[in-house]
Amino acid sequence: MEGIYFDNNATTRVDEAVVEAMLPYFTEQFGNPSSMHSFGNKVGLAIKKARMQVQELLGAEHDSEIIFTSCGTESDSTAILSALKAQPERKEIITTVVEHPAILTLCAWLEKDGYKVHYLKVDGKGRLDLNEYKKLLSDQTAVVSAMWANNETGTFFPVVEMAELANAAGAMFHTDAVQAVGKVPLNLKDTKIDMLSVSGHKLHAPKGIGVLYLKRGTRFRPLLRGGHQERGRRAGTENSTSIVGLGKAAEMAMEAMAFENTEVKRLRDKLEAGILAKVPRSFVTGNPDDRLPNTSNIAFEFIEGEAILLLLNKFGIAASSGSACTSGSLEPSHVMRAMGIPYTAAHGTVRFSLSRYSTEAEVDRVIAVVPEIIAQLRKLSPYWEGDKPAAEPEKAFAPTYA
Amino acid sequence: MWDYSEKVKEHFFQPRNAGVLADANGVGDVGSISCGDALRLMLKVDPDTDTILAANFQTFGCGSAIASSSALTEMIKGKTLDEALKVSNQDIADYLDGLPPEKMHCSVMGREALQAAVANYRGEVWSDDHEEGALVCKCFAIDAVMIEDTIRANNLSSVQDVTNYTKAGGGCSSCHEGIEEILVKVMAERGESFKPGTPAKEEAKPAGMTNLQRIRKIEAVLDAVRPQLKRDGGDIELVDVEGKTIYVNMKGACAGCQMEALTLQGIQQKLMEELKEFIKIVPTKAGALSRATCHP
Repeated sequence: MEGIYFDNNATTRVDEAVVEAMLPYFTEQFGNPSSMHSFGNKVGLAIKKARMQVQELLGAEHDSEIIFTSCGTESDSTAILSALKAQPERKEIITTVVEHPAILTLCAWLEKDGYKVHYLKVDGKGRLDLNEYKKLLSDQTAVVSAMWANNETGTFFPVVEMAELANAAGAMFHTDAVQAVGKVPLNLKDTKIDMLSVSGHKLHAPKGIGVLYLKRGTRFRPLLRGGHQERGRRAGTENSTSIVGLGKAAEMAMEAMAFENTEVKRLRDKLEAGILAKVPRSFVTGNPDDRLPNTSNIAFEFIEGEAILLLLNKFGIAASSGSACTSGSLEPSHVMRAMGIPYTAAHGTVRFSLSRYSTEAEVDRVIAVVPEIIAQLRKLSPYWEGDKPAAEPEKAFAPTYA
Repeated sequence: MWDYSEKVKEHFFQPRNAGVLADANGVGDVGSISCGDALRLMLKVDPDTDTILAANFQTFGCGSAIASSSALTEMIKGKTLDEALKVSNQDIADYLDGLPPEKMHCSVMGREALQAAVANYRGEVWSDDHEEGALVCKCFAIDAVMIEDTIRANNLSSVQDVTNYTKAGGGCSSCHEGIEEILVKVMAERGESFKPGTPAKEEAKPAGMTNLQRIRKIEAVLDAVRPQLKRDGGDIELVDVEGKTIYVNMKGACAGCQMEALTLQGIQQKLMEELKEFIKIVPTKAGALSRATCHP
């Protein structure tokens, strides 16, 4: 049996139709779209088509609102830094504690330069308190950045409503939507969202291509200068091959949108219910009632995530974990900690993220394998006795900090 | 994914001596649940001979934590307590054919569990004497707490100082930004501000040892490892000592051997333990060590 890939929030497989659309742009259509001759012209037309395909997926009003970048992280950095540069009198940023490092690391760095960053907290299900948000908005707020869907739990933030509030306060609104684009129907023209980040490789396009959506009229200062590409807003020769690929992937995502929200969701729900029914002391993290259709994040108490992943991998199953060890850091996932998940569970969280290529047979296989793996590791755990946790586990094992 | 050795994988997938040891008379619980690694080591010690008859473990932790625990139990079974206590974290890592730098703390945890279990058997109280911070230098596995403490204790004020005293930043140099940040923070505590380009301190001689004593000690360490090298048809020769850099010449089968870097790392570790200071061992055919320790 081929491997089972349930780690689609990390990256996705490039669709074969996408590869096929891209191939001519490596060889026959290699021209620089800026060139005057016919070699460049056809490439320019292909990029134009891709821009319209992405525009349609995002529900943007104008195709010129689509700026191709190299990745989601570049889009995030460009958006935040542009907002600060364009409004030098405003010195504050509002974001959330559960953002991707692409935002959090940048914000931590900006704090050193004297910017004030407000981090919105989340509750046990990963939800924001909009009253706290409203209180923080002021004429000092340059930009608000909140993710559309959390990469670890899939939980949505009410970004459309948050953008309205930011707009009313005269602040710009950015959302990192790399997990949502392609899985959630978008209609940006009817929102007050000023900027939005897209990452190609999350929706079956290749790695190394991203988009920054920039609403017409939003004041903008480019990150990269030095050329007229992307109307001077992102200098550098276009990655034409990948842009064509992203265009095709956007078109296919449009077609698959209903499927993602019905069939993929059904499989995800089946997987989750199947595991929870068979594994004691396990629970779903985030907000199960308002999240991406493909994501399930399950905490398995009293064991550690990397060990789970290594055993899953032995069975050909790919997933990811919020444990400290998988990243080499000393703390488990900041998302789990922000939701108040105790350490004994946070280290044992596993994220299963499906795609439209996931099958029922794969789901059945994972449901069959996971309970064994969890039981096997719990046998090694000092918190576990026989078939249940030790009585008062925190007291049964209270190691000396070493 | 981590670059685990086959031995690590094997000990993870088939851990030895896992589970509760019912008649244990020495138990050590160490680790930090916030970091996601904690270990209970259970020993059954023969009270007449102080020999470890059985050793079992239970681990809440990642693949390398479980493998390190398993390796430790195998290594100490049949040893007397005093022999067992000589097992260093490097020995555990070596037993497993190495651990990634981010995972060396798993082997440290193994050694500490051993100390704790022996203390428990002897009716003593073991207390941990070091704190671990976020890993800053991945080439030499040096964490933030170690760097902070060293800066504080020695009044350091440049990245080069930090490298001289801890080795951190001496490899690929990508952590220099992180080291500067720590310098800024710690220097602010003593009312100074960090200035890039500050020359490194004069390398202080370790207290209480003359140059001659130091070189004799280095020779003694090399003499101790020499029989092992000779067994494999090689040898090592001390070329020079310049401050904290010790130049050696690898001879015979050791020269250019694929394991050269690993051998040197082991010797470097022993030298540091003996001299009680941070030193860097450099083979005169340059680069062999850094090549091996610095791959990401």
